[in-house]
Amino acid sequence: MFEKYYKPVSLEEALSRLDDSRGRARIIAGGTDLVLQLQNREIVLDAVVDITAIEQLRYIREEGGMIKIGALTTHSDMAGSPLLKRSASLLSEAAGNVGSLQIRNVGTVGGNVINAQPAADTAVALMALDAMARVVSTAGERQVPLGELYRPEGGTALDPGREIVTEFSFYPPANGGGSGAFNRLARRKAVALPVFNTAVVIWTDQDQSYLTDARIIMGPVARIPFRAREAEKVLTGNPPGEHYFRLAAAQAAGEAKPRDSYLRGSAAYRKKLAQVMVLRALTKAWDGLEKRG
Amino acid sequence: MDKIKKRLSFILNHKPVTVEVEPDTLLLDLLRETLGLTGTKRGCGEGECGACTVIINNEAVNACLYPAWKVENCRVLTVEGLGTEENPHPLQEAFLEAGAVQCGFCTPGMLMSSYALLQKTANPAESEVKEAISGNLCRCTGYVKIIEAIRKAAQKMNDPSISKRKEV
Ligand SMILES: Cc1cc2nc3c(=O)[nH]c(=O)nc-3n(C[C@H](O)[C@H](O)[C@H](O)COP(=O)(O)OP(=O)(O)OC[C@H]3O[C@@H](n4cnc5c(N)ncnc54)[C@H](O)[C@@H]3O)c2cc1C
Ligand code: FES
Ligand code: FES
Repeated sequence: MFEKYYKPVSLEEALSRLDDSRGRARIIAGGTDLVLQLQNREIVLDAVVDITAIEQLRYIREEGGMIKIGALTTHSDMAGSPLLKRSASLLSEAAGNVGSLQIRNVGTVGGNVINAQPAADTAVALMALDAMARVVSTAGERQVPLGELYRPEGGTALDPGREIVTEFSFYPPANGGGSGAFNRLARRKAVALPVFNTAVVIWTDQDQSYLTDARIIMGPVARIPFRAREAEKVLTGNPPGEHYFRLAAAQAAGEAKPRDSYLRGSAAYRKKLAQVMVLRALTKAWDGLEKRG
Repeated sequence: MDKIKKRLSFILNHKPVTVEVEPDTLLLDLLRETLGLTGTKRGCGEGECGACTVIINNEAVNACLYPAWKVENCRVLTVEGLGTEENPHPLQEAFLEAGAVQCGFCTPGMLMSSYALLQKTANPAESEVKEAISGNLCRCTGYVKIIEAIRKAAQKMNDPSISKRKEV
């Protein structure tokens, strides 16, 4: 599969290993995506740079009003995190739905996002949270909104032979009067990629009389996790509740462009599904807000 | 370019080992082919079936997706380290008693997943047992007896007087 395996203990060392390999090396975190791609020869490499020994990249913490998650944080870490359950349950729920326990123990949030699958569970949730990614290379570092980590035609916009994501950060919705929800349908409860998943966040004014903003992300209905901007507009400025949630869900289904798939169902079926699933997610998010009062 | 082997040291089934390993060897192949520990099975080879489940530092992982070089300085436990025929682990006793083994291909993986569970949760609820083995496919038993066996093993481990096991 490859000839060299590097296991640096510092980020600096990892970055220079990548640079030295002139595009013929990739980062490996958990390896749950990359190992299969290498075995199937979808990717051919000279070397892999294992970053899991850089222990400082594995954490979930609150800092300056933001939640910060190290790129090496595993799905099991996120699913079990009291902080996330309290402040961003859509993300802990998304993580808890990934693969099996064995996959969650090893698979990381960084790998889930950078592998750039259109229905990657935690990527869909992070996008609804308006997360930023910290991207570093030997040339320096930059903060990138999650949506800009993707190329519109599919795949990561990162330079995978030079850059490493170290952290995802976002403001917990509750701090700004918001609430989120995650919703997923798969053929089985475990070890099954989503037929459809969605993450939403809604915000209201202080009296909860109208919606001030919304995020609706869906997968896999496009080449990358898809943001239903028109559906979000249906909500903004209008009162929360079933009437506008239904309109927004219908709009979201209209924007979705799923493809016919033997594994995931027909495009027509999944457009219908989108409508039901988005409505349920919005309703759940609103329930969370109402309870908070 | 030649693949440069590395001397890899880790704790395997409670004992230190050092082996020469190529950079792209997977843990499953290291265990089965180099070390001759064929208790760990290859089912799908792609993370779907759990037949290759082993425990690394207390966590269940799929050995078929796990680069061997990752286990440097780790503790690795396979079914061979769980118990022996003369001195089986309570889980192994319970699997036999409950009739949780038919063809047996999934059994090592099931045992390792349930061992990881019982290390963390001494008295798991049925839902916790189901979650712990949800990454382990069994084509024979229908799971009912496996779940029964795991809960029975939990009882045995909480009350050692009902298990024949000698502590090692
Ligand atoms: C059986 C099975 C079931 C699965 N089920 C699901 C599921 O239900 N939902 C789901 O979303 N996914 C699922 N996956 C996919 C996979 O487990 C996840 O995407 C996982 O989070 C990938 O993380 P990793 O650490 O293993 O990534 P790796 O395989 O190590 O890396 C994946 C890619 O990301 C790059 N990369 C990793 N970390 C970084 C970083 N910090 N900076 C830059 N680049 C990086 C790598 O170079 C590589 O290209 C499943 C996989 C398997 C095998
Ligand atoms: S052989 Fe590893 S999960 Fe099937
Ligand atoms: S006993 Fe045959 S697969 Fe489980």
